[in-house]
Amino acid sequence: MCGAPQQDLELPANVNTDVQAVVQGKVLNGADAVGGAFVRLLDSTGEFTAEVVSSPAGDFRFFTAPGTWTVRALSRAGNGSAIVGTTTGVYSVDVLVG
Amino acid sequence: MSREESLVTTQWAEQNLSTPGLVFVEVDEDTTAYDAGHLPGAVKLNWRTDLQDPVRRDFVDQAGFEKLLSAKGISNDDTVILYGGNNNWFAAYAYWYFQLYGHDAVKLVDGGRKKWELDGRPLTTDVPERVETSYVAQPQDTSIRAFRDEVVNAIGVLNLVDVRSPDEFSGKLLAPAHLPQEQAQRAGHIPTAINVPWSKAANEDGTFRSDAELAELYGTAGLDESKDTIAYCRIGERSSHTWFVLKELIGKENVKNYDGSWTEYGSLIGVPVEVGS
Repeated sequence: MCGAPQQDLELPANVNTDVQAVVQGKVLNGADAVGGAFVRLLDSTGEFTAEVVSSPAGDFRFFTAPGTWTVRALSRAGNGSAIVGTTTGVYSVDVLVG
Repeated sequence: MSREESLVTTQWAEQNLSTPGLVFVEVDEDTTAYDAGHLPGAVKLNWRTDLQDPVRRDFVDQAGFEKLLSAKGISNDDTVILYGGNNNWFAAYAYWYFQLYGHDAVKLVDGGRKKWELDGRPLTTDVPERVETSYVAQPQDTSIRAFRDEVVNAIGVLNLVDVRSPDEFSGKLLAPAHLPQEQAQRAGHIPTAINVPWSKAANEDGTFRSDAELAELYGTAGLDESKDTIAYCRIGERSSHTWFVLKELIGKENVKNYDGSWTEYGSLIGVPVEVGS
């Protein structure tokens, strides 16, 4: 669930991954992408930080400070969470629901 | 006001989609949400293009609000049922805005689009046709809207509630973590403000927490019951959510929303700013 930083994904040009972390991934139900899921980023104390809706392909992305984050997804298919620790760079984390 | 008078459940909403005298209105930051599917019969309002003056940083004026609601087919006798995405941020903003222009018959759908979708309730792409009305608005009720000078004068005197995230409050960020950090003004918060992020007032499905939980939340955070209150955030939408909680759900008197919020205050020259938690 907690992938190593990747640097080869397309990001907006103004994102400087030398100083911030990007947490991104897919919401999955088994092997199927879950679009329209509500994906919440929680900080290390469990407090809400941000929320996005996953794309039709199940994708989500957050821009964060270094830290330990919980990504929680709510969907019609079920709910799920994943934890990712970040410093700087791009982190891929998928959230399994159902 | 009370929870019963100002909030409806998604179940009640579904059962009353066709009830005469009710108009369902979706208010979103992103109107493509409405276009992709909305509550059957609902009309849409774009918080930016419909509710903001196109030139000055202010709302549409009284005549503009009358023209907007008339064109949307909303009459003075209608009860407006608001809902939206983003945990009802902009629906709460519209709730406050409707009250600002004197439309008191207004309610929020608890949980908004998120709860509706998680419940698996129906959405449609059909756009309703409503007959134009002759809506009459009232002058702005400034007892619920705070302006910058009264905010400056409220430092150390009234309750100031900063409802942004802790990182915005402390000055690490200028916007929520899922939005571009586009502003150039100073970061931080208004001195003497308490930080109660809007999200603490909501459950993860977007519904509001119970009255008892809400009362404890603000009591623990240091909200002084004997003082009037001004809520603010970055652009006034998240603080509308908290304004709704304080005024309509837990019934606090004299609560104002400062819609200028941090994008105004953090750009003022000569005012005090604090950083840190």
